[in-house]
Amino acid sequence: MMKSKENMVTVYIMGDAYNVPESSTIITAMEYSGFQLTTGVGCREGFCGACATIYREKGDYKLKGGLACQTVVTDGMTLAQIPFMPAEKPIYDLKELKPDINTIKELFPTIFRCVSCNTCTKACPQDIDVMDYIQALKKGNIAEAADISFDCIRCGLCALRCPAEIVQYNAATLARRLYGSYLAKKSPEVDESIEDIKAGKYDKELEELTKMDRKTLSEKYYARETKLR
Amino acid sequence: MYPDYMLESIKKVEQTRPQRFELAKKHGKQVYPPMGEKERGDILANYHPDYKDDALREVQVGPNKGEKLTAKVSDMLESHTRIDPKKFDLNKPDHVTDVLVIGAGSAGMSAAITAAGNGSKVIIATKLRLGDSNSMMAQGGIQAADQKDDSPILHYLDIMGGGHFDNKPELVKAFVKDAPSAIKWLSDLGVMFDKNPDGSMMVKPGGGTCRSRMHSTRDYTGAGICRVLRDEVYNLPDKIKYLEYNPVVELILDDKGQAAGAITYHLGTKQYSIIKAKSVIISTGGYGRLHIRGYETTNHYGATADGLMLAYRAGVKLLYMDSVQYHPTGAIFPEQIVGFLCTEKIRTMGAQPVNKNGELFVYPLEPRDVEASSFIRESHERNLGITTPKGLRGIWLDSPLVDMINGEGAINKYLPAMHRQYARFDIDIAKYPMLVFPTLHYQNGGIEINKDAETTIPGLYVAGEATGGVHGRNRLMGNSQMDLIVFGRRSGLHASERVKKGVKFGKMSLEHVYSYEKEVDEINIDKNKIAPILLPDYIPNHVKEKQVDTEYFGTLI
Repeated sequence: MMKSKENMVTVYIMGDAYNVPESSTIITAMEYSGFQLTTGVGCREGFCGACATIYREKGDYKLKGGLACQTVVTDGMTLAQIPFMPAEKPIYDLKELKPDINTIKELFPTIFRCVSCNTCTKACPQDIDVMDYIQALKKGNIAEAADISFDCIRCGLCALRCPAEIVQYNAATLARRLYGSYLAKKSPEVDESIEDIKAGKYDKELEELTKMDRKTLSEKYYARETKLR
Repeated sequence: MYPDYMLESIKKVEQTRPQRFELAKKHGKQVYPPMGEKERGDILANYHPDYKDDALREVQVGPNKGEKLTAKVSDMLESHTRIDPKKFDLNKPDHVTDVLVIGAGSAGMSAAITAAGNGSKVIIATKLRLGDSNSMMAQGGIQAADQKDDSPILHYLDIMGGGHFDNKPELVKAFVKDAPSAIKWLSDLGVMFDKNPDGSMMVKPGGGTCRSRMHSTRDYTGAGICRVLRDEVYNLPDKIKYLEYNPVVELILDDKGQAAGAITYHLGTKQYSIIKAKSVIISTGGYGRLHIRGYETTNHYGATADGLMLAYRAGVKLLYMDSVQYHPTGAIFPEQIVGFLCTEKIRTMGAQPVNKNGELFVYPLEPRDVEASSFIRESHERNLGITTPKGLRGIWLDSPLVDMINGEGAINKYLPAMHRQYARFDIDIAKYPMLVFPTLHYQNGGIEINKDAETTIPGLYVAGEATGGVHGRNRLMGNSQMDLIVFGRRSGLHASERVKKGVKFGKMSLEHVYSYEKEVDEINIDKNKIAPILLPDYIPNHVKEKQVDTEYFGTLI
């Protein structure tokens, strides 16, 4: 926990002023101020997208977005959390889809309203080129959209700021699933290993191992050859 | 950026780097001799936190009574229930379903999708949002022996050796046999595994593996999997209903001793609900937020071992709850990311741990408990660590080697999460090493299950980190991600098969809550100490003193 001897700054949480240690992130600043969080908080390490927050810094007119667990407070910062995005999410059966532009058109018609303002990209706390992947999707380039959007954590800040009402992160999720399931090159070695296991290739030896006494098993373990790629 | 005194030490790391790079070119990953059985035993006994005198304490109540468990776990288990059982009319359930899944990480969602696919109506009750879990945060990889130079036999040996041969053999056997089909299942669902240009899986080694069998989705492997499963759950609204911000606070049994449902508590509206279910699956994850021995943790905000408490109070035994996993490489600088995970994948791609003089002191890919112990020895006993301005001490993980070994840009391409994490604090890990020390990471033990993921209570299943036995007393990298899928699917399958066979309910009952309460009363536990804990409590004392009548979710003591 943070020590109170540290230099303090003032932050305005939903308008009210609180003194918090200057090294705080937005999450720890809120907790330091007495908020017991049940929403707008998740993994606390930048992987889950639960803590989307909008804030403004002293002397700046700009409304910025960030992850509360990753953003360090500044003196005079005013902030509010966006714990939930009431965004539209089309329901689909991946197995019924084709990995092409028609699928995108049908499930995400809003992306064709993109006005290329780049606000989504500026809003992204992961520094993803959100607009670029939306443009890729408009051209039916699913592989490119999947690649660019890969690090998306679905915090929702892009959709929140989009003047065209696009739900970028849901479109990106579909792009990645279409790529992973249809467009990525197949890995035949995986299927072959499954066949071998089904055919019982390892059954006898595995059975022996499960019955082996600790000493013999340990000897076998330390004697195994290591071959790393 | 690093302060000047750290940059002085980094200069020494830079000086030894060319030699160490030559070593890597010559010997691959084996730049330092791996430890044998005796050396491993010695270093664990002397330096691993589990071996400290006060690490364990006999638990005084419940099915493991008299057994020595991790002290903080014993503390938690000796707690009162959150509910007054008298106030619940179990004949009036708010929801009725075939399968109830408690917790919505990758294990729970795999279970739900599998059970739904097998014809069951499913309800997921989860504490925070769908997908909010340790699963989402995993970075490095997922193990499966699906390569030509590998086999389930070798995978079996690695798991058993890594777990000090304490693993439950039937679970490990099921695990290694299911693993390749689990990879296929995930691929078909659209998980974007890293692949070589010819389509074959791009695999890396992990600590304690004898082959390269670590599959990954960059360094977002957990998210790469978990977000696909979540999208699939979203796509099955007719089959799977999910209740968010609704942690389960007690299980319901029937008077025949079968699982019959659970009671949930809504974190926002404070309402309790009764769910009646023919099969119940616990997939609530681990306990990092208990901050065992004061350690920082890599874990999710909700990782408070709720499932352990639920099952234990209902009478299920816990296995290997004397064994804690500290991940060797937790960040200790900058202070905002202290305790955060620096994925093992950094080492599998060639990064080397070195001391303040830039010297190698351990094989970079020992099993985690051994690796972590060697970091503790180097930092403290040998006094060759680097101390942060906040007084923490650790060693360097020399990450720039990753680009030297794998080509410029490798960090950016394959470790984007790590790169981003440090870039946020103006540190480029392609140019500068990372300061690390062990951090509380994983619950090695847990609720005992059989190969069908079933407990000793008929109809009660467990999957994922909440279980014990698969990993013995030490889990290897990438085997938790696979555990979630293998036993998530197994639990979903068997829970739904049970539904198909037909379940005859007896009278719904909370008798187990009454009788556990009696045991807890007998040892005079403070009435305010309750579990499941639900959420940790990070409000500072000077504020809490003024929150006179605040109701805390977090009951950490």
